[in-house]
Amino acid sequence: MTEAQSLHGATALERTRPPGLLYNLFVRNISAKIAASPMVAIVLIVFVGCTLWTIWFSFTDSRALPNGAFVGFDQYERLFNTRRWRISATNLLTYGMFSLVFTMVVGFVLAVLMDQRIRFEDGFRTIFLYPFALSGIVTGLVWQWIMNPTLGLQSTMRGLGWTNFTFDWITNTDMVLYALLIAGLWHGTGFVMVLMLAGLRSVDGEIWKAARVDGIPTWRTYIQIVLPMMRGVIVTTLVIVCSGIVRTYDLVVALTNGGPGLSSEVPAKYVINYMFAAGNLGQALAASTVMLLTVFVLLIPWFIVEFGPKKHV
Amino acid sequence: MKKFAVAATLAAALMCSAAPQAAELEVTHWWTSGGESAAVAEFARLFDATGNKWVDSALAGSGSGANPVIISRILGGNPMGATQMNTGRDAEELIKAGLIRDLTDVAKEEGWADIIADPKLLEACTYDGKIYCVPVNIHSWHWLWLSDKAYKNAGLETPKDWNEYVASFPALREKGIIPFGLAAGWPLNGIPGVLLADVGGPDLYLKVNQDHDAEAVRGPEFRKVAEAWAAIRDVVDPAEVVPQFADVANQIIAGEAAGNIHGDWIQGEFALAGAIPGTDYECLPGLGLSNRIEGGGDAFYFPKLPDGTAQDVLDAQVTLAKLLVSPEAQVAFNLKKGSMPIRTDIDMSGANDCMKKAIEILKGPDGLLPSGEVLNSSDTQQQLEDLNQEFFADKSYPIDDYIEAYAQIIENAD
Repeated sequence: MTEAQSLHGATALERTRPPGLLYNLFVRNISAKIAASPMVAIVLIVFVGCTLWTIWFSFTDSRALPNGAFVGFDQYERLFNTRRWRISATNLLTYGMFSLVFTMVVGFVLAVLMDQRIRFEDGFRTIFLYPFALSGIVTGLVWQWIMNPTLGLQSTMRGLGWTNFTFDWITNTDMVLYALLIAGLWHGTGFVMVLMLAGLRSVDGEIWKAARVDGIPTWRTYIQIVLPMMRGVIVTTLVIVCSGIVRTYDLVVALTNGGPGLSSEVPAKYVINYMFAAGNLGQALAASTVMLLTVFVLLIPWFIVEFGPKKHV
Repeated sequence: MKKFAVAATLAAALMCSAAPQAAELEVTHWWTSGGESAAVAEFARLFDATGNKWVDSALAGSGSGANPVIISRILGGNPMGATQMNTGRDAEELIKAGLIRDLTDVAKEEGWADIIADPKLLEACTYDGKIYCVPVNIHSWHWLWLSDKAYKNAGLETPKDWNEYVASFPALREKGIIPFGLAAGWPLNGIPGVLLADVGGPDLYLKVNQDHDAEAVRGPEFRKVAEAWAAIRDVVDPAEVVPQFADVANQIIAGEAAGNIHGDWIQGEFALAGAIPGTDYECLPGLGLSNRIEGGGDAFYFPKLPDGTAQDVLDAQVTLAKLLVSPEAQVAFNLKKGSMPIRTDIDMSGANDCMKKAIEILKGPDGLLPSGEVLNSSDTQQQLEDLNQEFFADKSYPIDDYIEAYAQIIENAD
């Protein structure tokens, strides 16, 4: 009896005392920690480790092999004095802004249209999502054939009798980015649509009923009530779309290979080119470090807003 | 003849190696087009005849795509028995890292230094006084190909050199003939080097590429080169650019395009179309201006194999190295490939007129110009390529800016 009491008292005492740091770190939820440890190890060694390695060798004059001497910021100085890099960065910025706005807006509008309880919804969803199942290389190649003036749409239309029909965006230095954008949108919009549709469907039906009772028009319900409720889905979609934009590479390689000239070059292509074809590791790693920093600059404010200390409402 | 060649090689192989044993040797290369794979099959046939086994491993993507794959396989500790690889700075790095087999003894035994027509070919394989690769042929970009049919249709004389060719551009345009046939992508990258050596002359070429003399770039001679480059840029309509260099070959044979600067391997395509030099197309080495052309060869390297590799595989590497230089293999391979052989002491009666012109140049006193790939690091080459691509795509890019940007790259070149 007393034994049981004291035991009970001890656990009560234990509970009032805050658990130690070591206990929290190693013992609590021990099975979950064991299960996660391979993943943690991979993140630490592969991602963090390789990132640090990359940053370190971007400060050396390494050529084909990572054995160069420390040269400070020389590689960065050269990088920002290189026209090709500046063109690549500007291209990515232009392409990224258009791509971001259009995929989000078009994806959302398509999702809203899908949400109208239309017939054959499954069929449409499959059709719109289908391009996403293709790799960037395949997408690029298909669009390259379509947009190639001597093979594709232009020559077909001219063959049919419209002899003035011109669609030569991929050979035109001013328009090639928009050609890239067409292929990129075709590839990515369906995926955004499906995510958004899932978000729309997760909104409680009661909200819709309430809005209808209040006599609010459907479009206003979407924009002012449903959209803010989908915040989580939208943030997720944004992160996925943005990371897709920063690593744009395969689509460009297959569609234009950076051409005509340098007019559709992107940073990832610069990195790969200087790492392998030009055998200049230092320069390539400096470029990839700059890419990483850019991503951090974009992500950190969002990270603070999303995961920072919650404000009390 | 073929049977004799096999028998001769077999006999030679038996004499060379005391105990020939069958060993499998993986050979990587990027000879994948019709004429190229027929050529490499000749090597494989002769190597198999020595009792060894050629395990063919062709990589797609030509030099720029396949060379990095080969390098990373060697770096990654998964070396092949033998491989085609670009000579130059990248190979040097592998040699420095001790990953490539030293062939100096084989070269001495076989007397390569005496056999090989141009000492530069062996120089490209030499590092620190030791020989690390086997040159197998000589290729050159320095050819102006002209279509007899196009000029006949336009009612013009076929030009005899570059200057006449440029002068004919407006007349060709008027007749609806494409003056300069161009294929998309890499074929563009070979042209500026040709102009530098042939329009600018061998001295300028060496000053720029060997001495990295930026003042020579800013000088009047180089301006002529830049103007020639701009002449091609201005006459090419981006909408007329065709996907493959084989398409340009067809345009020239059909008389749709008047001319093109491209490497000698385009002859494989001409031959495939049944065209004959002198009647269907003309070839002007050195653009008809210079008789000292730049030549780079394809070369084979033998990576160091991991410890514990069987001796017969190591012997097979030596057997292959000897075979690649042998007269039988040189004749069989280069006739199919359309390239020049590395030795002039063999019977090339099967070669066509263009190749005979090339062999005359090869026999000349000054020999070949060293190739830009050997003189410049691939980093410098990439920067020049970027500049040339940009200049070519933008018809409003001023020549002065181009020259200054070129000079700056040469200033920092290594």
